[in-house]
Amino acid sequence: MSQNNSTERLWLSGNEAIALGAFEAGVKMASGYPGTPSTEILENFSKYEGVYTEWAPNEKVGLEVGIGSAFAGVRALVTMKHVGLNVAADPLFTASYTGVRAGLVIINADDPEMHSSQNEQDNRNYAFAAKLPMLEPSDPAEAKEFVKTAFEISEQFDTPVLVRTTTRIAHVKGLVDTGAHTTSSVEPGLVKMPAKFVMLPGNARARRVAIAERTEKLQDFAEKFEQNRIEWGDKKIGIITSGIPYLHVKEAFPEASVLKLGMVYPFPAEMIKDFAAQVEELYIVEELDPFIELHVKALGITCKGKEIVPAIGELNSHILKKAFGKETAEQFAPESLPPRPPNMCAGCPHRGLFFNLARLKVFVSGDIGCYTLGFLPPLSAMDTCVCMGASIGIAHGMDKALGEDGRGKTVAVIGDSTFFHSGLTGLTNVVYNKGNSTVVILDNRITAMTGHQENPASGATLQNQPAHVIDIEKLCQAIGVEHITTVDPHNLDETKKALEEALAFQGPSVVITRSPCVLIPSEKKRKKIPYFVDTKNCTGCKSCLRIGCPAVNWTPVSPEEGKDLGYKEKQKGHSMINEMCNGCGECAQLCKFDAIVKAGTEEA
Amino acid sequence: MKTNGNILFSGVGGQGILLASEITAYALLEAGMDVKKSEVHGMAQRGGSVVAHLRYGKKVYSPLIEPGAVDIMIAFESMEAVRYLPFLHSGSQVVANSHKIPPPSVATGKMEYPANLLDTLSSKVPVLSVDGFAIAKEVGEIRAANVVLVGAMSAFMPVDGDLFIQVMKKRLPAKILEVNLQAFSRGREVAQKNA
Repeated sequence: MSQNNSTERLWLSGNEAIALGAFEAGVKMASGYPGTPSTEILENFSKYEGVYTEWAPNEKVGLEVGIGSAFAGVRALVTMKHVGLNVAADPLFTASYTGVRAGLVIINADDPEMHSSQNEQDNRNYAFAAKLPMLEPSDPAEAKEFVKTAFEISEQFDTPVLVRTTTRIAHVKGLVDTGAHTTSSVEPGLVKMPAKFVMLPGNARARRVAIAERTEKLQDFAEKFEQNRIEWGDKKIGIITSGIPYLHVKEAFPEASVLKLGMVYPFPAEMIKDFAAQVEELYIVEELDPFIELHVKALGITCKGKEIVPAIGELNSHILKKAFGKETAEQFAPESLPPRPPNMCAGCPHRGLFFNLARLKVFVSGDIGCYTLGFLPPLSAMDTCVCMGASIGIAHGMDKALGEDGRGKTVAVIGDSTFFHSGLTGLTNVVYNKGNSTVVILDNRITAMTGHQENPASGATLQNQPAHVIDIEKLCQAIGVEHITTVDPHNLDETKKALEEALAFQGPSVVITRSPCVLIPSEKKRKKIPYFVDTKNCTGCKSCLRIGCPAVNWTPVSPEEGKDLGYKEKQKGHSMINEMCNGCGECAQLCKFDAIVKAGTEEA
Repeated sequence: MKTNGNILFSGVGGQGILLASEITAYALLEAGMDVKKSEVHGMAQRGGSVVAHLRYGKKVYSPLIEPGAVDIMIAFESMEAVRYLPFLHSGSQVVANSHKIPPPSVATGKMEYPANLLDTLSSKVPVLSVDGFAIAKEVGEIRAANVVLVGAMSAFMPVDGDLFIQVMKKRLPAKILEVNLQAFSRGREVAQKNA
């Protein structure tokens, strides 16, 4: 994609629009860590000409890279999901003190309803806690504009700026007009500004005062900011709202007066007071926490918010109509159906590991990635999942808490990308403090769950440049792990043996299960020979179904069909392999009756 | 003719719902409408039940369809048509693939795939059942079942069918264009014959 100054109307997702906004704002540097719903921002930004984009190993590093760029006088974009900002919170809070030279904008993508997350924290609270301005767009067109505005604010007020999206902005597509390109007036270069950049107590105390002054200036700015606007309607009801809830409000109550906050922190206190004074009843409509509500109430204004609008999950216009006692459309009652949860893909290398962990009946300290699906039946082999990297620390904590009683009964599982993100420190702790944990590193060469982003084990960068592949075995050796085994998880018995040996080992042990994700391009291209079921040989023992592969289905047969197949009376069906088969052969290893056969090897 | 509407796409992750909803959206954009589409990525996609909301009209605010407000539901799998029943009303039109994909509980022999799903559904709302896979196989590309369904659905939409063809010509790679054009017109024929 190249630079083009004539206006064009595009239909973009919020994430694509943010990438375009950053490009139009002259951003040259971008870093971050993949996380739904933020991932596609950097993927799209990386395709523009003349920009540098990278995947950092975690959000903390990503933000530090952004701070470096901003200190060097080059506008930087940093992206992450909401829980990623917890990881990046350390640099975030002090970057508020240092401020910037060139603009620094952090895109934070919240996930109300937890479509693809472990919690639904409301990160507007970070804006208040870190004393940083936060903009909140309500659709892709605003997302693009707000990113450009955020860079202006960042440089004008010497501050990092947070832009908050949610799933229903990031993954909503809408019309977006391309716009003029802007540039920073800051000169790139190395400039020594110790009073601003070196946050020792003496300097930091002075910067703390600078933040207070900045916040006051931002409050004045908020009063005049054109994206904080009142849309007058019927004055019986006045609604203060922001982000995606604004659109639900317009849908549900087109007649109401609305104060839309484009900037959710700091607040335009005078504008809010004026609005409140002119409407009969004041409501606050916001997703998740009563963030605006608390600040409005702190101004001494009477309003209704969370007492009628749910604080849990996503909002929509239907929920709002119900909350306000407005009539809603009639609807059919839901039918009771078998659930359809997500599943590991056919041929996924994680399946062989989790099948074995289930067989060994160990307590599995889990982590964040596709393999978290190992929790679901029939594998049911994950017993904890808290946050990125937590598997190792939690397993070690259990080991130390239980001592001999817990020995050899706990396994930590962590993916390659998650290991580089925040597993290294956990493993270091196990060795340093003489733990006994067994850690399985699931090395599928990619960050799979978020849609296949490169990581330090992939051999390529985000911009598709060849990269050094970190040797996980040597890395674990260097940390001091003495028992390290590498296995192909598709080989079920070999994997079981490796796990048993590691569990029996006195001291920290690592098992690396190495096999590429079936969805990475090279694997998709690889010609695979599928398996099929020789129905005559199948005894209906269902052994192959224990791995829960979507390519292996149970197929019931009628008594007549069974008779034709030569089945005993009690056999009610047989297994069947469908077109999804990737030829991994795990099901065939479980069949004791030669009923699962590789295509082309069957007897004529 | 109604010039605003709500289309719900439902199915199983990996069935090509993204492409189907994109083609539909771009046809509506070509007709000069405002269009918003909402979907979820990430964990929800791995073979689980997926749904995409598409809303169009002169001006669209919320990207989410309210329960009871779907005009057309296009379901790529039978059970996934029934799962989103609360989004429908008696005047909704359903276009459903008769194809069945067993969920894990059925595939492992723990539960049975419910019988006569689409019959039950048609006692409540008009349902056009389309054997998307059989037709896709006939045109020579099983993966084009999604576009067969889009073809059938297009017959119920207030935009010219040619707009869909224009969009596909503009946006699909040359090597898959011809089968998809065929898949589309075969699907549209099914709907027109049943009209």
